[in-house]
Amino acid sequence: MTELPNSTDRKMGLVIDLDTCVGCHACVISCKGWNTENYGAPLSDQNAYGADPSGTFLNRVHSYEVQPPEGHAQLVHFPKSCLHCEDAPCVTVCPTGASYKRVEDGIVLVNESNCIGCGLCAWSCPYGARELDLAEGVMKKCTLCVDRIYNENLPEVDRVPSCVRTCPAGARHFGDLGDPDSDVSKLVAERGGMDLMPEMGTKPVNKYLPPRPKDQIDDQIDILAPLLAPVAEEPKGFLGWLDKALDKLPGHSEGGSN
Amino acid sequence: MHPAPSVIIFTTLSGLGFGLLTFLGLGKPEVTGWVAFVFYAIAFGFAVGGLLASTFHLGRPERAWRAFSQWKTSWLSREGICAVAALVVMGLFAFGAVFLDTHWWALGWIGAALSLATVFTTSMIYTQLKTIPRWNMSLTPVMFLSFSLAGGSLLAGAEALAPWLLAIAGAVQLAYWAKGDQAFATSGTDMGTATGLGDRGTVRAFEPPHTGSNYLLREFVHVVGRKHAQKLRVIAFALGFALPLICLILPVEGLMLKHLLAGIAVLLHIAGVATSRWLFFAQAEHVVGLYYGKR
Amino acid sequence: MAHTQPQLDTSPPVSEEIRQTTCYMCACRCGINVHMKTDDTGKKRVAYIEGNRDHPVNKGVLCAKGSAGIMQHNAPSRLRAPMKRVGPRGSGKFEEISWDEALDIAAGWLEPIRKDNPEKLAFFTGRDQSQSFTSFWAQNFGTCNYAAHGGFCSVNMATAGIYTMGGAFWEFGQPDWDHTKLFMLFGVAEDHDSNPIKMGIGKIKARGARVIGVNPIRSGYNAVADDWVGITPGTDGLFILSLVHVLMKAGKIDLEYLSQFTNAPVLVNQDPDSPDYGLFLRDDHGAPLVINRKTGQLAPFDMHGVRPDLGGSFTMGDITHVSVFQLMAQRYLSDDYAPEAVAERCGIPAKRIRSIAAELARVAFDEAFEIEREWTDFRGETHKTMKGRPVAMHSMRGVSAHANGFQTCRALHVLQILLGTVEAPGGFRFKPPYPKPVTAHPAPHCRVTPNKPLDGPHLGFVHGPEHLALKTDGSPARIDKAFTWENPMSSHGLMHMVISNAHAGDPYKIDTLFMYMANMSWNSSMNTRGVMEMLTDTDENGDYVIPRIIYSDAYSSEMVAYADLILPDTTYLERHDCISLLDRPICEADGAADAIRWPVVEPDRDVRGFQTVLVQLANKMKLPGFTNEDGTAKWQDYADYIVNHERKPGIGPLAGFRGEDGSKVGRGEVNPEQLNKYIENGGFFIEHIPEEAQYFKPWNMAYQDWAVNLGLYDSPQPYLFQLYVEPLRKFQLAAEGHGERQPPEHLRARIKETMDPLPIWYETDQHGNDGYTVNALTQRPMAMYHSWGTQNAWLRQIHGRNPLYVPTKLMRENGLSDGDWARVSSPHGEITVPVMEMAALNENTVWTWNAIGKRKGAWALEENAPEATKGFLLNHLIHELLPPKGDGMRWANSDPITGQAAWFDLKVKIEKAAAPDDMQESQPAVPAQDSPVGTGPKELKWKVGK
Ligand SMILES: Nc1nc2c(c(=O)[nH]1)N[C@H]1C(S)=C(S)[C@@H](COP(=O)(O)OP(=O)(O)OC[C@H]3O[C@@H](n4cnc5c(=O)[nH]c(N)nc54)[C@H](O)[C@@H]3O)O[C@H]1N2
Ligand SMILES: Nc1nc2c(c(=O)[nH]1)N[C@H]1C(S)=C(S)[C@@H](COP(=O)(O)OP(=O)(O)OC[C@H]3O[C@@H](n4cnc5c(=O)[nH]c(N)nc54)[C@H](O)[C@@H]3O)O[C@H]1N2
Ligand code: SF4
Ligand code: SF4
Ligand code: SF4
Ligand code: SF4
Ligand code: SF4
Ligand SMILES: [Mo]
Repeated sequence: MTELPNSTDRKMGLVIDLDTCVGCHACVISCKGWNTENYGAPLSDQNAYGADPSGTFLNRVHSYEVQPPEGHAQLVHFPKSCLHCEDAPCVTVCPTGASYKRVEDGIVLVNESNCIGCGLCAWSCPYGARELDLAEGVMKKCTLCVDRIYNENLPEVDRVPSCVRTCPAGARHFGDLGDPDSDVSKLVAERGGMDLMPEMGTKPVNKYLPPRPKDQIDDQIDILAPLLAPVAEEPKGFLGWLDKALDKLPGHSEGGSN
Repeated sequence: MHPAPSVIIFTTLSGLGFGLLTFLGLGKPEVTGWVAFVFYAIAFGFAVGGLLASTFHLGRPERAWRAFSQWKTSWLSREGICAVAALVVMGLFAFGAVFLDTHWWALGWIGAALSLATVFTTSMIYTQLKTIPRWNMSLTPVMFLSFSLAGGSLLAGAEALAPWLLAIAGAVQLAYWAKGDQAFATSGTDMGTATGLGDRGTVRAFEPPHTGSNYLLREFVHVVGRKHAQKLRVIAFALGFALPLICLILPVEGLMLKHLLAGIAVLLHIAGVATSRWLFFAQAEHVVGLYYGKR
Repeated sequence: MAHTQPQLDTSPPVSEEIRQTTCYMCACRCGINVHMKTDDTGKKRVAYIEGNRDHPVNKGVLCAKGSAGIMQHNAPSRLRAPMKRVGPRGSGKFEEISWDEALDIAAGWLEPIRKDNPEKLAFFTGRDQSQSFTSFWAQNFGTCNYAAHGGFCSVNMATAGIYTMGGAFWEFGQPDWDHTKLFMLFGVAEDHDSNPIKMGIGKIKARGARVIGVNPIRSGYNAVADDWVGITPGTDGLFILSLVHVLMKAGKIDLEYLSQFTNAPVLVNQDPDSPDYGLFLRDDHGAPLVINRKTGQLAPFDMHGVRPDLGGSFTMGDITHVSVFQLMAQRYLSDDYAPEAVAERCGIPAKRIRSIAAELARVAFDEAFEIEREWTDFRGETHKTMKGRPVAMHSMRGVSAHANGFQTCRALHVLQILLGTVEAPGGFRFKPPYPKPVTAHPAPHCRVTPNKPLDGPHLGFVHGPEHLALKTDGSPARIDKAFTWENPMSSHGLMHMVISNAHAGDPYKIDTLFMYMANMSWNSSMNTRGVMEMLTDTDENGDYVIPRIIYSDAYSSEMVAYADLILPDTTYLERHDCISLLDRPICEADGAADAIRWPVVEPDRDVRGFQTVLVQLANKMKLPGFTNEDGTAKWQDYADYIVNHERKPGIGPLAGFRGEDGSKVGRGEVNPEQLNKYIENGGFFIEHIPEEAQYFKPWNMAYQDWAVNLGLYDSPQPYLFQLYVEPLRKFQLAAEGHGERQPPEHLRARIKETMDPLPIWYETDQHGNDGYTVNALTQRPMAMYHSWGTQNAWLRQIHGRNPLYVPTKLMRENGLSDGDWARVSSPHGEITVPVMEMAALNENTVWTWNAIGKRKGAWALEENAPEATKGFLLNHLIHELLPPKGDGMRWANSDPITGQAAWFDLKVKIEKAAAPDDMQESQPAVPAQDSPVGTGPKELKWKVGK
């Protein structure tokens, strides 16, 4: 099981739009709620009401400040969960076979009943996508909501990950990134979707859509300036213009029959 | 990385234990009976004790047996298998030496090879991790092996070899530190690649995803002050290699004194290697720290 | 070898049952699916909460707070039973008592007040959603001292909107997300429409529309904005009027819209000596007059076929009248508003102001579009299409919570109206029951008669000095001094002044302070330290200066410690609630909607829904509106009230499923099965607006008729947008010496200056701010709701402490680096707090997250919780009064027009504080309160099912 499949039938994953994510943490808590109640052991919390609260989460939202060479600093909200890598080092390092990548959809999972909680898989993951649950002593990670996406007890529209269903801004997209015709693949192609730490050679399935260019409005003034040409220099002239402009309004030139 | 006592004890002791087993398997010293018993007790004590210590690191130690199954891909699995194989083979070899006064040399050589292989597989658990540039170097296995052989030779009382092996291990240690200090910077991974935002400008972590703590921060983000680390390196080097070497080459008279000095050398060496291992973990920076704006 | 992997059940059962109700982790009121499972004791419990896809507000999505509802509902901080205070106020020492005893105590205090002087009860509620009910209770009790939280929240928005355009931002309208191409957001971090705004931004960004964020801080929505305008706090008015200047000058305004739908053509008296100076010329019926371009004659604005002249003028006798639009041209074409003239004060380069104006013009006019829908306006004119102007704007407290916020918000509405975007496709749209002209709202009432109900609703809209809530001697009638010369248009009251005024006995002393769902000793008060002292202060006899405090909370908050009697509420999953069209509804621009909450689980503690407790108290006191003629009670509990109360015949709290068989909408007889119908329908009800009525609603007769049918009003109420607000002018006139009711001398100048009928910008009162030059703001974190979020084990891991974010320049200047501590002081106080650098921030502004800091002992947290040791409140630095001016007056830190609390006018200075070792805790550190509920468990492993 620890061997990666040579290829997977599909490459299910997430596409996260950094241009739209407002950093609301909805996906974080929705994920916590679903996965506490569902797949495997609950996501526990230690010192829940005390000095140093800490708990297991499968999805976290960071934020970064980017200072371009010129112009204002920008802020980017940055959700991060397991990227379901094609060359997932977390799988091959696992001594027990608890970590595996599914052949049918490429989802990387932990079989909790085999996991010894050695932590090595988390050590090998560049993205911090795995957290060892302190109460249960086993490794937890994003399941891509494998217990939702095929779940026949859910209406068809709801067979998407919990974080995707809940994201208010619609910044999270789910689909088959192995199929070039899927909506997610098209989005990635259109928007230049990128990999995190490509140099690690993990070949992440999840992609990130980069923020669009910002603060461009000043540069447009040259094109837009004619729009602002004054209609008259004097306030009096302004009223003269007003008179003429009103006359030109449609529907007003002939009598009051309409 | 969090310098967990369990892994420090494990790698330090098992390195020494398997190092000694290697020498014993090769017949250095060629001992039998009670003397052999003492040697093997020390070797097995270290090796098994180290392995046991490592299970404290596990969330589910009662399932540790499952770790033998994935030898095809997992260095941790391979290490487990090598360790058990080395212990079994060397156990048989020891049985012969202690109780039957015989040496089954074929077993000894195989055992020695397995012991070294165990140390090697241990080192590969760390070396394989691209996520930790300081470990992801060919010098890492060299370091583990050289330490193990140096410590083994010290314990084995291999007077002739030990000073050389200590000197080599010491040199490897210096090289490892020198190279390791560059590793993160030259790995090509930084906040820019971690976030994919690097080509837009300078990336800086702003609000963390949680003000509370979590597993990742506890496990991967450990900051050692530069000065503190420098001090510890001097201590590790002195205790682990320089002082033991001096103990060994001091021209002293008398067997008692010699043995006493050898004993002191062993203790110094263990303390030094443990310190070095503490630094090995504590100074290892996992790339995940970048996401938190930390290294 | 074939790849092997574990067999997995990918179709596990999700839950046993879904109960649909309304979220109340914040005031946005999304629909939720509460998944229920049976636990190992056989009890049905909440297992998972997700958004309701059919719900008009959230359409399935749910925010972090909403998803964390399960942790709130089960929080260890929940109060367990009624309590009476046994230690000194503020100590948190209580004894649990029975409900019978609690109601006896409360009635024992209230009954004599009602008999003798009902105004001695001050009843103020927080962000509950039952204000139509709580005000009904207060009115029947007879006190004039009632309001909810709006005065400290965003009354500037509400009043500026309603006086100007008969509807407001806040949650009363929304951008036309489906059509807008340029969205400008002023001063919003999160807002009440939490999920809808996120959905909207996501939607328009997917379409490639442009988002411009005007905010000193570039986080959240402003981080995803395409363009960021890092404005200097408090100067939006100037920036907006500069946009107005540029657009008017270029003629990029919608003349047709202005002439038809606004009072721009209405004629204004220009004779400085006339008592009507600045008032409208009206006909005998009171209709404002315009010049009809077709005839050149005077005509009432609403005459059939009239073509109002924007440039009209008219001389009657020797009094000249000119159109509002001419007055606007005179004012805004002035170079005072040129981008170059305002750039420095606003912190925005002139070029950027021009670029934005140009882009507004381009999108509004070059990207105008038409929807093929015929509609008929109130003058009988039929329009073949609906003309779209795809520019939408939204704003909230960043504009509102300044003492010039009313006029700034007015300016913003005027900008929108000049572009012709309000109620046009692609622009800003109202949600029912809005639009509604300001004249259709009640005026405030304050006449108190012992043993009798109040003479009418407490809150409303004044149209001139005659509506002020003054006693016969001219002194304020209300404890919060709402509707007085200090803040004439304070339509939501001034909750932030109640404790301070009651303590000062100014305008008079009260007997009982009754509060509900507002943490008034902590994060919702200004001058937190001072308020705690006022609440515990004693007189010369050793009695508390505020004699009695009754409080209803559901959780062990800071305020609980200051009450004498605690009436513990249920959680939102345990009670009936009604989100009513009479109150703060959940409508969409395309439909009228309301909703309920119902007990999806029964409380496991001795707690009662507060509204039910009010019914029980009313019944005990036999309050008039609650009692039948035969002396029996009309309603047993809140659910009973929701279903059976009728405001007017056929109109009740809920609009859906009325009539005996539940088939009537809006108007209809009481339906005993109404609540069950709501539950069957997912907890809500929506009635869609017909297509031809969906835009131009204030003037669209199809909409007007639809609204009348639904019971939103009794007859069509078309009206003009009030670019020029005449009631403001009436206050100015009084200040100029006209009329019988005259302001006190010390307020005359301020009224003349600030209550301008056309939007102006003025700098807020900087008296006492010398040396304090840095703006200090707060923002709401999206994953926290005020103080409630902290008790939530999941959310507090995200925001467990709050640094002060400091711009790079100030970090450098003060030698600060991340994690250092700084002393931050205002003219009023000092705090010492940890700092963090932020580059994407106005270079003269610091900020922090709102309401993260907690008092030790509150919220069932351990005393060393980071919220109490590292977290802090900016409120310690903000006073409810301005620094004394030596004239003996108490000048409120509020907008002089509306009384809106000016939270964001705060100016501070900042300096590096002692090394972190000496400073382990944010200062001031308030001593701990006892926790009546203990502290929460160490570890959580939440799982209901197996
Ligand atoms: N510095 C600064 N201060 C501010 C602001 C700011 O921007 N900056 N904003 C101001 C604004 S706009 C507002 S609205 C206020 C908000 O401030 P508050 O109105 O005080 O809001 P909360 O902290 O949510 O406190 C409400 C109380 O309601 C209780 N509660 C929660 N749920 C229930 C329930 O179901 N039933 C009952 N009975 N009680 C319940 C909570 O336990 C809490 O004690 O803060 C104001 N304070
Ligand atoms: N998650 C969550 N949602 C909430 C609440 C909550 O506590 N948590 N509270 C609810 C309540 S009661 C309210 S009133 C609403 C308020 O919702 P918002 O109006 O979003 O209120 P704030 O979070 O106070 O944000 C005010 C914004 O105005 C900016 N600002 C301050 N001064 C100026 C200025 O002069 N000009 C401009 N342009 N911007 C300025 C600040 O930087 C900040 O971004 O949110 C409601 N929704
Ligand atoms: S993101 Fe990490 S845990 Fe997920 S597949 Fe890749 S390496 Fe493994
Ligand atoms: S923690 Fe569990 S899943 Fe991860 S490597 Fe160890 S055994 Fe495998
Ligand atoms: S896919 Fe499911 S498990 Fe993964 S982050 Fe989203 S909600 Fe969590
Ligand atoms: S829910 Fe969506 S918008 Fe919110 S943090 Fe997650 S990805 Fe971003
Ligand atoms: S915005 Fe969030 S907390 Fe507020 S009602 Fe909606 S889901 Fe609940
Ligand atoms: Mo508010």
